[in-house]
Amino acid sequence: MATRTLSINGRAVRVDAPDDETLLSVLRNRLNLTGTKYGCGEGECGACTILLDGKSVRSCQTIVSEAAGAKITTIEGLEQNGRLSAVQQAFLDEGAFQCGYCTSGMIMQATDLLQRQPQPTEAQIVTGMNGNLCRCGTYPRIVAAVQRAAHSVQKAGVR
Amino acid sequence: MNSLLESSANKLRHFELDRRTFLRLFGGGVLVCMTESSAFAQESGRGFGGHELPKEISAWIHVGADDKVTVFTGKVECGQNIRTSLAQQVAEELRAPFDCITMVMGDTDLVPWDAGTFGSMSTPQMGPRLRTMAAAARQSLVQIAAKRTGCDPTSLKVGNGRISSPDGKQSFSYGQLSHGEKLVTTVSGAIALMPATDWKVAGTALPKVNGRDFVTGKHQYPSDISLPGMMFGKIVRAPGYNAALESVDTSDAEKIPGVKIVRDGDFIGVAAPDAWTAEQAAGKIQAKWNVAPGQPSNRILFEWLKTTSTPPRAESAAATSTQSPESGATLERRYTVQYIAHAPLEPRAAVAQWENGKLTVWTGTQRPFGVKDELVSAFHLAPDQVRVIQPDMGSGYGGKHSGEAAIEAARLAKTAGKPVRLVWTREEEFTWAYLRPAALMELKAGIGPDGTLLSWEHHTYNAGNPGIATPYRVSSPLTPASSSKSPLPQGSYRGLASTANHFARESFMDELAHEARMDPLAFRRKNLSNERLLAVLNAAAERFNWGAAHSTPARGFGIACGTDKGDYVATCAEVAIDPATKKVRVVRVVQAWESGAIVNPDGLRNQTMGAIVQGLGGALFEAIRFGNGKLENPHFASYRLPRFADAPKIELVLLDRKELPSAGAGEIGIVGVAPAIGNAIFAATGVRVRNMPMAPDQAVPGIEPSMLHA
Repeated sequence: MATRTLSINGRAVRVDAPDDETLLSVLRNRLNLTGTKYGCGEGECGACTILLDGKSVRSCQTIVSEAAGAKITTIEGLEQNGRLSAVQQAFLDEGAFQCGYCTSGMIMQATDLLQRQPQPTEAQIVTGMNGNLCRCGTYPRIVAAVQRAAHSVQKAGVR
Repeated sequence: MNSLLESSANKLRHFELDRRTFLRLFGGGVLVCMTESSAFAQESGRGFGGHELPKEISAWIHVGADDKVTVFTGKVECGQNIRTSLAQQVAEELRAPFDCITMVMGDTDLVPWDAGTFGSMSTPQMGPRLRTMAAAARQSLVQIAAKRTGCDPTSLKVGNGRISSPDGKQSFSYGQLSHGEKLVTTVSGAIALMPATDWKVAGTALPKVNGRDFVTGKHQYPSDISLPGMMFGKIVRAPGYNAALESVDTSDAEKIPGVKIVRDGDFIGVAAPDAWTAEQAAGKIQAKWNVAPGQPSNRILFEWLKTTSTPPRAESAAATSTQSPESGATLERRYTVQYIAHAPLEPRAAVAQWENGKLTVWTGTQRPFGVKDELVSAFHLAPDQVRVIQPDMGSGYGGKHSGEAAIEAARLAKTAGKPVRLVWTREEEFTWAYLRPAALMELKAGIGPDGTLLSWEHHTYNAGNPGIATPYRVSSPLTPASSSKSPLPQGSYRGLASTANHFARESFMDELAHEARMDPLAFRRKNLSNERLLAVLNAAAERFNWGAAHSTPARGFGIACGTDKGDYVATCAEVAIDPATKKVRVVRVVQAWESGAIVNPDGLRNQTMGAIVQGLGGALFEAIRFGNGKLENPHFASYRLPRFADAPKIELVLLDRKELPSAGAGEIGIVGVAPAIGNAIFAATGVRVRNMPMAPDQAVPGIEPSMLHA
């Protein structure tokens, strides 16, 4: 066990955890940030996707000692002053979920994708999102949501 | 067979609502009770293996003084959008604003007994039940308003959660009418419901209730529940099925501070102050198991299913193969389906708490009352000592009927003396839940020279009889289903055996059309008189532009249709096949759908689209590989699921039959996918693939390789 300070959603958070515990486990089980989901523990489904210094990573494949010093963003950190991010709003507007269990990871992955490719083609969305699983099969709606988010960001000219 | 597949929904227990508890929890207001009408009793008897549901009405609606309406149902939300669509129906009949309604679902202390959420029963059974209750509640409020205003009840204006006098001078909200009344009304007899043609709230594309909580991470799934002082559990598993524990050494694990070890027969588990420590402790437990030798594998699966089957009833078997067409052709074919996994993205999870002799478990299940029964039985408790709460969960698809994780968490919590959260790993979910049954289907049919079906036999082994009855016109069809000794744990799945039976029948119809040298659509139309099925078949063909282009070796077009559980579906698929690599890709699917009056077209589109994508996995590449009592691919890296890149262009045609009762629509959208794809593959390549999956990435022992892969 070691005490360390993590930067999570813009806040410094102190937590006791062994070096090699996964970031996913620390977020969920020690800090009760349960918006990040466990789906497979093997980096195959993307339900645990978070941003580490703005880049999407699988928190089940990241140990907490690697995350120390980095800016961690989870699904709980996207909403600003009661305002959803463009990607969150687009998922809501498209109804791009059924059970919603994959949604946090999808939104984090899409957030990263749109930072790298602000106006992605459909093929780029498919490639960029292909590591995230939705067992309910809402892929076409998620693609539409990512397109909608891209359009709304372009229109607003921000972010 | 249904008793197996629908899981054991047979332990009926009527939940007795304690009225004083109810009023204490929800304050004053109107509590409407209603005696069961005979129509409901008959309807709800179906699908329960002849068991009767409770005679008393098993639904409640509470109208609070604050105008908030609370609705109680044992149905659960797992992504099928029933929380929204049931609320719409209540709002409609109550004539109250949609957003004043809160659904309390799947909490065994608060809601009436319910068999569970499966079999596409929520919409056709719970829908009318809650609509009736809402209409009765509205009538009660009208009676109160009549007293208060001195007006004739029939003259009052009712709408938007208010009741007004004819001149509009007196107007009360529902809450103002119910305030302080603490009225218990018993209504009996038939109550007229709003016809779907007049729906204003039901029938519209309202978005998912609490959708915002799903994009912000706020929604708490069963695996997210946290209690003060909660510990974390981990189970030590056997390395295979049918294993006996030979020895166990827990001494190393016991040395870890804070760890509690539970050993009870073959059950070994740990509870620890944090999840990481629980995992470490479980890893230090040395358990030796003996896995029973000689357990079957994929290689002998279908032979096994046939040789271990309970023969069909004599009258079915006796009449076989006596009909032979004078001219024309007789065809016999065999189709197979492998075991597949539900793979709900949220694996089984439970948080269990013992407090003052009462056990409360939050868990993901389609059958909260079934899990309650399991807990009552497992811990020898009285029913009122157990409460199961089902937070809206990370899906089920028929895979979460049982309460394994709930029992395990409760067992750990009992010893630990603290609440315990247990979340299964992906490997545990693959291995220790249950699978969709494998199936063997033997079909035989005769056709006349003009393509008329003359005889029909369809024998299914192991999967069951849902969807086995042919909708095509043929005299004396034989459609027996036999049970087999399944080598793997199996149970319910979206559509049950309907997917297997439709794959066999609709592939076979295609083969017969080919034999008759007829277009597959024309052949189906010729042998079909079911108007509802014809309507979706024609709608799908029209949207797909069936017949406009001919299949080539690189591009194939296939069609299939079917009906089950009051749903009608037709599916057209276009596949692209790389001539060099034989890689199959489904590029376009058109699906026409009819399930009576549509309650929420957006929810229905979402379900139908999802069913197509999910169906594509089982059609092309999903298969459990197993042998010697072990699954060989209990991981997403080795068990391929449909991903973004697999999803075709999907076009849906929804037929809204407002004059017909609404059927459940979460399951049957899956049944046309595999045969439509298989028929398209045949149209392109001339290769008839009679096994699901049709194009696996990795060879499945025991099935003929098709040389295709997805």
